This record gives sequence, C-alpha cells and structure tokens, in this order.
Amino acid sequence: MQELHTDQSEPPGLRLDGITVRFGGLTALDAVSLDIPAGRIVGIMGPNGAGKTTLFNVICGVFPPTAGNLQLDGHGFTPKPHRLTRSGVARTLQGLGLFPGLTVLQNVTAGLAADTRRGLDLLALPGAVARENRLAARAMDALESLGVAGYAAALPDTLPYGICKKVALARALVSEPRLLLLDEPAGGLGHDDIEELAGIIRTVPSDGCSVILVEHHVDLVMEVCDRVAVLDFGRLIAEGTPAHIGADPAVADAYLGVEVA
Amino acid sequence: MSVTKRYLLAAAAAVLLIGLTFIIPSFTSYQLAIVCAYLCGIAGLTLLTGAGGQLSLGQAALMAAGAYSYALSANAMADAGAEGPLLLLVPLAAAVFGAAVLGLAVGLAAGRLHGPYLAGFTMALVVALPAVTSTFSSVLGGDQGLWITVEKRPTALRGIVSTEAWQAWLAVICSVLVLTLLANLLHGRFGRHLRAVRDNPVAAALAGINPARTKITAFVISSAAAGMGGGLLAYTTQSAGPGAYSLVFSLFLLMAAVVGGIGSLTGAVWGALLLVALPHLISTATSRLELSADLSQRLDGNLAVAVFGAVLILVVLLAPQGIQGLLVRAGGRLRPPPSASLPPRSTEPAPPSPATAPSRIPAPSGQLPATPKGQ
Repeated sequence: MQELHTDQSEPPGLRLDGITVRFGGLTALDAVSLDIPAGRIVGIMGPNGAGKTTLFNVICGVFPPTAGNLQLDGHGFTPKPHRLTRSGVARTLQGLGLFPGLTVLQNVTAGLAADTRRGLDLLALPGAVARENRLAARAMDALESLGVAGYAAALPDTLPYGICKKVALARALVSEPRLLLLDEPAGGLGHDDIEELAGIIRTVPSDGCSVILVEHHVDLVMEVCDRVAVLDFGRLIAEGTPAHIGADPAVADAYLGVEVA
Repeated sequence: MSVTKRYLLAAAAAVLLIGLTFIIPSFTSYQLAIVCAYLCGIAGLTLLTGAGGQLSLGQAALMAAGAYSYALSANAMADAGAEGPLLLLVPLAAAVFGAAVLGLAVGLAAGRLHGPYLAGFTMALVVALPAVTSTFSSVLGGDQGLWITVEKRPTALRGIVSTEAWQAWLAVICSVLVLTLLANLLHGRFGRHLRAVRDNPVAAALAGINPARTKITAFVISSAAAGMGGGLLAYTTQSAGPGAYSLVFSLFLLMAAVVGGIGSLTGAVWGALLLVALPHLISTATSRLELSADLSQRLDGNLAVAVFGAVLILVVLLAPQGIQGLLVRAGGRLRPPPSASLPPRSTEPAPPSPATAPSRIPAPSGQLPATPKGQ
C-alpha cells in the first residue's frame, strides 16, 4: 500500500499529511496521508462512519484537523469554505444542495461568486450588467457542456432528479476548478444516469483537474478511478489501483463483503 | 425586466404620482407621502426577510433611528442658521446613514442568529426604544420626542403646490429612488447571493459566497431603506417620537410586506397602500354608522388592528404569495406566463441535446451510449 505514493515526476495536486480529527473521545480520522496528483481521479470508499465525509469537510475547511496539514499544488493550504473556489477547489454536496429559490441558470451562476467583485452594484450601470451577462454566459456554457442548457430558466424543484444532479455538477465545474470533490454523485441515480455520470467524470481530468470521488456505488468507483483509497474507522486501510483494491482481503473484510448486496 | 426599462418605469411612476398631487385633495397628498415613507421600510423587509430569509420584527426601530437622525441633524443645522435645500438633503442623508450604522451593529450580532432568535432579538430593539428615548431624554426628548425645524417648500413653488403636495413630491421621489436601488440589488449579483444563502448556506459558501458578510450586508441595506422611510416620516410629521415607532407598527410593517407579497418589491407597494388605506377606510366606515360615542372611541384604532390581523390570516391561508402573487396568477390566466429570468442568449429554451452542445468538457466517447436515456 505504499507503492503508489507520488514519485517526483507527477505534478503535485492535493496532499494530505497525517490528518487526524478527533471529536471528543471519537477519532474520526486517524493520521490519514494521501496524495491526489493533478489530473487523477481518486476514489474514497469505506463503510458508513468510516470518515469519508469528515475527510471532505477537512479539505473544505468546515472544521480544522486536530493534527496534520494540507498542501495544494505544493503550498500549505488552510481552507475556508467560502474561499475554496478561489483556491481552485469545488465540491458537490450529498443529495443536491441546489438553491430552490433560484433558477437553474442562477444556481450555476452562483458558482462563479468567486469571480465577482466585492461591493454592491447599486446603480446597475452598464459595466455591472455586462459583467453579469458574462457570468451568465459562462454558466450557460457549463450547462450546455452537460446537456442541460434547455432547463436554464426552470426552478430545480420542477425538474427530474437526474437533471438536478447535473445542474449541481455544472455549478461545481463552472468555476473551472483544479480539484473537484464529488460527494456521492451517483446517489439516487438510475443505472443509465450512472453510466452517463461515469463518462462525465472521466472527462474532467482532461484539463488537469483532479477529482476526489466519495461514492457507495463500488462499480462506479472501480470504473472511473485511477486510484482508490479505503477508509475504515478513520484509518486508511488500503490504497492502490482499483484492481489492487478489489483483490485486497482486508478491504473485502471491512467493506465489500459487508456492504455490497 | 431590463435595467433601462426599470429606470424608465421608475421615472414614469414618479412623474405620474407627482402629477396626481395636482388632482387629489391635500389630505390625500399627505397620505401619499405616508404611504411612500412606509414603503421604504416595507421594501427593506422584502429584501431582508423575503429574499434573505432573516425574520426581523425590528424594522420600526430602524425607521426610528432614521427619524431621530433626521431630527437631530435638522435641528442642529437650523440652530446653526442653515437653510435652503441643504437643510433638507443633509438630514435625509443623515437619516439613511444613522439607520445603516445601527443596522450594521444589529447585523453583526444578528448574523449569528436565525429564525425565532433573530425575531426575538430584533423585537427587543423596538421594545427598548421608549426606554432609550427616556434615558437620553435631554437629547432625544423623552416620551414627547423631538419637534423638527423643517425646510419648507422652495419659495418658487409656494404659489403652485400645497405643503402636503410638496411633502408627497419629496416622499415619492425618495421612495422611488429607494425601490429602484433595491430592485437593482435584488435582480443582480447581490440578490442571487442573498437568495443562495437563504436557501442553503453551506452550498452558498462552497459556491464562493460569504454567508455572514451577505447577511450583514442585507441588514445594512434594509436598515438604510428603513432610515429613508423614518426620515420622510420625520419630515412629513415634523416630529420624531417613540410613540410613532411602536411594536405594533413594527409588526404592521412585516404584515404589510407579507400581505402585499414578500417575494417582490411590487408586493411592498400593495402592502404600504393597505397599511395606510385600511385604517382610513375603517374609520370612515365607523363614522358613518352613527355608533355611540363610547363604542366608536373603543373601536377607534383597535378595529383596524383586528381587521389587519384577519386579512393576514386569510392571505397566509389562501394566498401565501400575497396580493402580488394573486395578481400574477390572475395575469397569468389572461396571457402566457413571462419567462422567469432572462437566459442571456437564447430566449426560447432548446430541447436538451448532449450530442450537439458545444462543450468545454469533451463529449465522452466510446464508453457510454451516445443517445439520451430511454433509447
């Protein structure tokens, strides 16, 4: 399980170094070290309560780790949720996490908040309107690239779940992140939609963006990921290629044999 | 609505209402001025509570901050011998600024509260107002409040318009300005961010929006609007006192926003009209009924509260989107619904076609069926 640690030739992406998180007496993450090189897709698996979402929350700065540190592109990285997209990190949430009071287009445009100026456009001068139109055009491009541009003016609650999932993905991709965190993107999707999602995820690294995928659908993880890390009770118990992980008896004990129906 | 259209509409509304003052009796002009003053406070609530989801019961306190700021600055300027337009414009600016500063202080605390806790906290502001004015009675005039030296209408207009009409002019111009600026904000980037934070603060933060900053900013904007309303009330009534900004008034402002339709600024207009028209209609009606002096005295004021409460219950039960929601629905039956929000390039939505869409992410090849699902 050591053999896949980054060698010098690979461009740095996100590096987790000895990340430990304790909530009172509970150790949610126990000295987890992991590299996510640029342009790679890394899957994180593990039973419920293994620490997958805790790991995402540390990367997103929802709470700081008790010990350990993060590096992004070779630099120390202290994340804060609302500054993540400025650092080139985008995340989707479990479920949808869309804004029901905003149209699809406005939802995706909101993902470009980091590219907007501070201050208020009180007078809605032509410059401000032009900036808004440019943002909307970029959001429209993101929707088009996922094939859901036709729903731009609709409210999310009026759309099928699969479409909403794509809108949520478009909102994450619109900021052109260098690291994309996907929290159970296949949850609630049917077989065909998962196949399509797999195709979309595989295309993300083409512009150098790395992907971390937390997912319960083992087939999807095995299909799209370059590497897979397995957590159990907060520890990293295995890391390697999908084939390697699939054959690991410790993984089968902790996870595959129990969880998969 | 495009920005140009919005400005044209605002200008047309202002011209129309100012023209109206030449026709209507002067008492109605005075009522128009009051409607416009209330409208500023209610429109602030539309932004804060409607788009921002922050329930504030303290809007009257922020209007009071505007009124007292107006009174103190106007009286100080008058004592110093100032006159002319400055004696009008500087106090109005002070009213907006004073309320915004209080709003910032409240917002910094309120940013950490939500739901009933925020409602309780903001309500405490209104409840505390009489205590504040009596504690600092040497400055704020105690229970009596302050009388204000106001700048009268310009000499050139004195033959043409009544005092009340002039007050209406000022209130119309200021409230149209406030509503236009609020509409600019609500339909632009800030409105989008505000609704995003209201709907899902975690997702909003991950999208790059700072939820705390957004909520505090909303409080300051809403307070500034309320301050303008308070300043206009101070100018029109020539006084600023705690009695005018009671808890009941504060609740009325929120009720007006809800009954009018808290989802839109147009709803705030209906709410403000109702808030002034309803008590007037009720007192007109009771005075025609020839009730005994004792009964009419008891009904005076109280009946309006009861009727307003009943209207609120009915609206919440039957038309949660308020009067504006009803009007939009009625309008929708007459003509095809307008598109909710402008898509920037193609006005008519094309059917989703993953195969033809030009994409930043290249179309996945090979591994998956290229046809849409279901085939």
